[in-house]
Amino acid sequence: MAHHVLEMPMTEDQARALRVGDTVTLERTLFGIRDATLIHMFDKGRKTKFDLHGHAVIHTAPNVHRVPPSNEAPVGYAPFCIGTTTSMRMERFTHDLMQREGVRLIIGKGGMGPDTLAAFAEFGGAYLAIVGGAAALETTWIEQIVDVDLDDLHPESLWKFQIKGFGPLLVGMDSHGGSLFADIQKDVASRRDAVLKSIGAA
Amino acid sequence: MQIDMHEVEEVCKTLYVQALKVLPDDIKAGFKQLVRNETNATGRTILDTMVENIAVAERTNNILCQDTGIPIYNVLIGRGVEFDGTQLKAAIRKGCERATTECSLRSSVVHPITRKNNQTSSGIRVPIIHVDFDERPETVSIEMIPKGSGSENGSFLKMLVPSDGIKAVKAFVIDRVIDLGGRVCPPTIVGVGIGGTSDLCMHLAKIAATRPLGSKCPDEEGAKIEAELSKAVNELGIGPQGLGGRSTSFAVHVEVAATHITQNPVAVNIQCHSARRARATITPGGITFSA
Repeated sequence: MAHHVLEMPMTEDQARALRVGDTVTLERTLFGIRDATLIHMFDKGRKTKFDLHGHAVIHTAPNVHRVPPSNEAPVGYAPFCIGTTTSMRMERFTHDLMQREGVRLIIGKGGMGPDTLAAFAEFGGAYLAIVGGAAALETTWIEQIVDVDLDDLHPESLWKFQIKGFGPLLVGMDSHGGSLFADIQKDVASRRDAVLKSIGAA
Repeated sequence: MQIDMHEVEEVCKTLYVQALKVLPDDIKAGFKQLVRNETNATGRTILDTMVENIAVAERTNNILCQDTGIPIYNVLIGRGVEFDGTQLKAAIRKGCERATTECSLRSSVVHPITRKNNQTSSGIRVPIIHVDFDERPETVSIEMIPKGSGSENGSFLKMLVPSDGIKAVKAFVIDRVIDLGGRVCPPTIVGVGIGGTSDLCMHLAKIAATRPLGSKCPDEEGAKIEAELSKAVNELGIGPQGLGGRSTSFAVHVEVAATHITQNPVAVNIQCHSARRARATITPGGITFSA
């Protein structure tokens, strides 16, 4: 159960060193991505101006304030409340996100499925579980919104955040076939029949 | 008493923002109880983070969760209240839109086919407005619920048949909670509707999911099932965020309605741990806000 501090972007070796149960704190850069962003990038063939190689993406669509552009808000957006959405909806995009864009880490809540686990093994990546709904706290880890792309999809734009001490996050899925979510699901399935019996519903 | 529509508009604006920022006391108390009972180390850490987030939101005057939800306004109108219903709905909608634009809230509402977001948290039939009536003299209460969508996607309806019995109703609830795992941001409130028609059953589940913790199903048989299921879901081991532990749900709430002799409907609607709601009560004496 090691703790890793990762200056983004990272290498494949660094990604493969992560094991489920480890914790991670990210530094420097993080990209925000969501349903519409992924649908437009991979179903509608849109390209982003950002180089995502070796980077982490978080499943988010933030609350932002429009402000006059300045050093603190280069593209006229100030962070207001930045949180995390349920990852599983975006399961079918992980493979292409890693293969085409070179993404290494996905941060989200609720975990992802077997296709994502296979992509992590193939390309070298991991899923970092954040506490969903704890957005006010998460926002304190974000220093500024550095840039934005595909902003016609607002708030589901592709966001570039400058971060400081983003974590600790829990490695929930790794490149060695490990998934805490799958482990828990197995444990839960093994308890199902006894629970149903206890309420006369077996 | 005549309803002042400007007042309603202001109240509906305030309620949306307040609901997003401050969690009701019953939910805060619910967290304390879960923390006391949680034995799983990961589960404890996650609950602690959630509790810390509540404090950070209050300290930094921020909203609790990024999801501003689908706005729902439940209006309860007492006796001796005069109003124009069309104006009332328009005032609620305006208040909801102004909260979004004036406070830079994320608009989480899109057209269902074009997916266009008009950046006002409103659209066709949204905000959702329910109007009901009760006996209180010269009293109007408005409850605002920003219904988060990670949990709203955990919604199910099953038109079971009478021969399936109540046994199948209970099993349906347990199996949906298992399927959903961590996706609905546990610890949750599991809302269960039993009976009615398909649409009423789903609505009952929403009423149940958004009812304050500590409240009980008014029907005795429903209350028994609610107690049974509340205990059972926390034996499953799903835990906070689906990462293991006892704290899968604050509670299971049940609401019931009479149904047809051929029907045995059950519905599930989930509320996430950011179980937000805010209420204003308007009387001739003024306005009071509560959760």
